[in-house]
Amino acid sequence: MRLRAMRYVARKVVLFLITLWAAITLNFILPRLMPGSPVDAALAKLASSGQPITNAERTAVEIQLGVPHTSLLTQYWDYWISIVHLNFGSSYSFPSETVAQTIGKAAPWTLALVGATTIIAFVIGTLLGVYAGWRRGKAADTSVTLGATFFAAFPPFWLGLLLLYVFAFKYGWFPIKGGYAPGETPNLSLSFLGDALYHSLIPALTLGITSLSGWVFGMRNNMINTLGEDYVTFAEANGLRTRTVALLYAARNALLPNVTAFGLSLGAIVGGSVLVEGVFSYPGLGNLLYIAVSNHDFPLMQALFLFITVSMLIAIFIVDLLYVRLDPRVRQ
Amino acid sequence: MSIVTAVPPPETPGAEVEIRIGPARPMPGPMRFLGRALRTLWSNRKARIGLVILALFIFMAAFAPLIAPHSPTATTFEPYQNPSATNWFGTTGSGQDVFSQMIFGARISLLVGIAAGAMATLLAVTIGLIAGYRPGVIDEGLSFVTNLALVIPGLPLMFILAAYLQSRSVWTIVLVVAFTSWATGARVIRSQASTLRTREFVTSAVFSGEGLFRVVFREILPNMTSLVAGSFFSAATAAVMAEASLEFLGLGDPNTVSWGTILYFAQQQNSLLTGQWVLVFAPGLALALLAMSFTLVNFGVDALSNPRLREK
Repeated sequence: MRLRAMRYVARKVVLFLITLWAAITLNFILPRLMPGSPVDAALAKLASSGQPITNAERTAVEIQLGVPHTSLLTQYWDYWISIVHLNFGSSYSFPSETVAQTIGKAAPWTLALVGATTIIAFVIGTLLGVYAGWRRGKAADTSVTLGATFFAAFPPFWLGLLLLYVFAFKYGWFPIKGGYAPGETPNLSLSFLGDALYHSLIPALTLGITSLSGWVFGMRNNMINTLGEDYVTFAEANGLRTRTVALLYAARNALLPNVTAFGLSLGAIVGGSVLVEGVFSYPGLGNLLYIAVSNHDFPLMQALFLFITVSMLIAIFIVDLLYVRLDPRVRQ
Repeated sequence: MSIVTAVPPPETPGAEVEIRIGPARPMPGPMRFLGRALRTLWSNRKARIGLVILALFIFMAAFAPLIAPHSPTATTFEPYQNPSATNWFGTTGSGQDVFSQMIFGARISLLVGIAAGAMATLLAVTIGLIAGYRPGVIDEGLSFVTNLALVIPGLPLMFILAAYLQSRSVWTIVLVVAFTSWATGARVIRSQASTLRTREFVTSAVFSGEGLFRVVFREILPNMTSLVAGSFFSAATAAVMAEASLEFLGLGDPNTVSWGTILYFAQQQNSLLTGQWVLVFAPGLALALLAMSFTLVNFGVDALSNPRLREK
């Protein structure tokens, strides 16, 4: 009994480690495959930012993006060493700090924003999906599905711009940009957290609205499939209350595939948050990637991509492990 | 986002069953097949709305020079004008007519959507079919690559690839988008191919001496037309969005006239703050409508592959 669960977990751990290795290696290969020389471009930009380039900085950039005249194997080894030491060199967008420091400062903002939005969108979207699936073909179903289709089609950054225009510019209810009041230094005091929450509401609404539909559709389709099962008909024939059948019999089982999708959807939301954070100048990872990409800041870009990918892998891994608890079939 | 569920299609009426009989009967011509597929989609209410919107955009793109009142690139107007009788949507900062740009912009979005969607689907079908038909090492290897491509965040990867590649042409964007959005389709097609592999008609085809490619592409593939169409429309939706995002980010060619570049220039010129909200509103709404039409058509396609999702 326990053995099967153990085997499942062991398999997931091995798969996680291999995927992690593959993703980190991909991050090594990408800049080396690209036309032109990202290293020269990066060093030229670093030089033009006005600060003298130290030897250490040059080496760090070369390890990330490709060292001339060295064997790939040596480069790969050095790359791993620098990753383990979190040494990603320095970027020219933020010359006064290391890339690791820059990312470290931005990560909590995105974690809070994307994390909270995802959970809220998951809960609301799943409930709407259950409702639409249950009331299938009725007016409620049609309006939920069509509404979700319409909102899903919005480019997230565009919705962000519109909400920004209406709520921040036109009516001035919310701040135009940033993650906290200008002049403040981030701290954990209650007033600062309140201010940060106030600043995050419109970006969160933007991300929430555009990511809601995935859950609605997924859950609606799962519900419809589950409702066709014999045990649902049996439960209905037994005279159980409609709500009991819908929520306790059908929805619980329909939820499982959506939980797996939860991990994958994080990627879409993190991707969408790049431009949304850019639009709002929100101090998170997305905005950082926006800055890095528009400045062609290769070292920062590369490190950010690595960070985002690895965090996603970890999130998916955790969801996989939770699955053991949720689906008894895995345990038996 | 995948709205396609991996339930094997039982005996579905219409095109698919007809073809599955395969070599015994002559294959219907491609036009007849397309006509029948369209008719089946048309019978679904949501898909019908989608097809109408899509047809409108195709019409707009095809006859853009006739519909647009002005040249989309001519800088002959007063810059930064609000909507007026001559310039329905106002003018850009360099004095171009925004309404004409909107009409011509449909061309780029449709081109990128269809080209990238087709390319991603081709990748998905090839990888998914081979993985599903060849269990063992080949399947393990291809499935691993698919899963890796699924978990690597697509949009950030897309931005990074576009930033590295020096070329700014639309085709670069098509390639980048196709390369980053094939995985979902490949996974669905793989699971379907692996269930079809053990069916009798495939076994008999193998025993009658048909080669690998013939079995996979002529026997198995026609049975998942709807899955292929589904992954095409999903990829096309993603491509339309990605193209606009890349251009909005300034990673496209600023000289092309597209909805993405209108948004890019609007953001550069702070159009929202100067009151020219149409410059932001119009291209975004067009993008949303086009993406929505793809999704709506996909509802009809979903119902083809999964009878439980059909409207009663």
